[in-house]
Amino acid sequence: MADTMQFDLVSPERNLLSAQASTVAIPGSEGDLTVGPGHEPTITTLRPGILKVETDKGAEEFVVTGGFVEIGDGVTVLAEKAVPHADMDQATYEALVSEAEATYRQIKEATNNEPGPVDEAAKLLMDMVAIGGHIGLDPKQPNF
Amino acid sequence: MPSLKDLKNRISSVKSTRKITKAMQMVAAAKLRRAQDAAEQSRPYAERFNKVLGALAASVGGSATAPKLLSGTGHDDVHLLVVMTAERGLCGGFNSSIVKKARVEIEKLRAAGKTVKILTVGKKGREQLKRDFADLFVGHVDLSEVKKLGYADAQGIAKDVLTRFDAGEFDVATIFYSAFVNVVSQIPTAQQIIPAAFEAPESDEEGTGPLYDYEPDEERILADLLPRGVATQIFSALLENAASEQGARMSAMDNATRNAGEMIDKLTIEYNRSRQAVITNELIEIISGAEAL
Repeated sequence: MADTMQFDLVSPERNLLSAQASTVAIPGSEGDLTVGPGHEPTITTLRPGILKVETDKGAEEFVVTGGFVEIGDGVTVLAEKAVPHADMDQATYEALVSEAEATYRQIKEATNNEPGPVDEAAKLLMDMVAIGGHIGLDPKQPNF
Repeated sequence: MPSLKDLKNRISSVKSTRKITKAMQMVAAAKLRRAQDAAEQSRPYAERFNKVLGALAASVGGSATAPKLLSGTGHDDVHLLVVMTAERGLCGGFNSSIVKKARVEIEKLRAAGKTVKILTVGKKGREQLKRDFADLFVGHVDLSEVKKLGYADAQGIAKDVLTRFDAGEFDVATIFYSAFVNVVSQIPTAQQIIPAAFEAPESDEEGTGPLYDYEPDEERILADLLPRGVATQIFSALLENAASEQGARMSAMDNATRNAGEMIDKLTIEYNRSRQAVITNELIEIISGAEAL
């Protein structure tokens, strides 16, 4: 079995990374998963989190906010927004969190605080906040 | 016959016009390169997205619980036309040809007794359509402040469209934009985005492709992806449109520059002719004056 696989990370605006990878750690909406070569074909959605790729040129990390992953012969991540870990600073991070917060508020208002969609938005927001802790930035505390 | 001074003024005014059109052409060329780049960068995402969505749609499509974005509302009485044009003019027939296409479609739908609603993106299309169909307008998206088209802009438009769809304001949505072929050729295109139309998956030559596991289940993924599909389609249409606009402007300005050059040549000939006529006249006057002595 080959010990690497084709990995592509694309966002709507550009192709972020295309390389041979040995493993990819994906923050899936139903739970995190690490994919190696020869993984069962799967399609899953993403939650906001950190995507780790072990490539032949070293490890790379990306902050993703949502999207989905197609695992077939290789791994293709279609991220709504993806920022390389190195480019992630406090300002970008805070912008992302406040965006999630705004969505949360909007949904809360629109659905009259029904549990279903509000819970999902709250989870999204908490995921976003948690990223801050993972990448060593000051986690911004939202007001609920 | 215009005097020498008039001719001189006209030549210099055409010359400065030529300078402007030449500059605009070069700016458009530079912007075109960037727009084409952006369109190319977005293509892998759109392609893969459609591939996955197509596979998903094929496996869920038949079921009665398929999301409305895929199966439609069951009617096609109310049509929403999203007409995308440029924010600026001076780009040849670019805006008019999109509007023309939309206009034909509106007339056709109206003749068939459907209700038509219009949402415009870009100032120029709104101006042109407002004249005849002001009562059909439901909204307008202004992108004049946007320097560089981002996915967020497309998401904004998609959100607007989807909110209206969820509120049951329309059954079918079609976007009008200009597909970029090359600098001299842009094709006004209409594309239905709701209910989502997929090209049939390619024939079974290589089987049905890998059988995917879905996490969460297929229908929830599909429900999650379809709204994104709308945004993706709008985004690629916006990018195509931006490239087409610059392409159209570039060839329009190229034409204008060439025309200005021809005009300058013609005016220069006329100027020289009348200058010579004046000299000849003066000579005749001097000679006949000398003879009279």
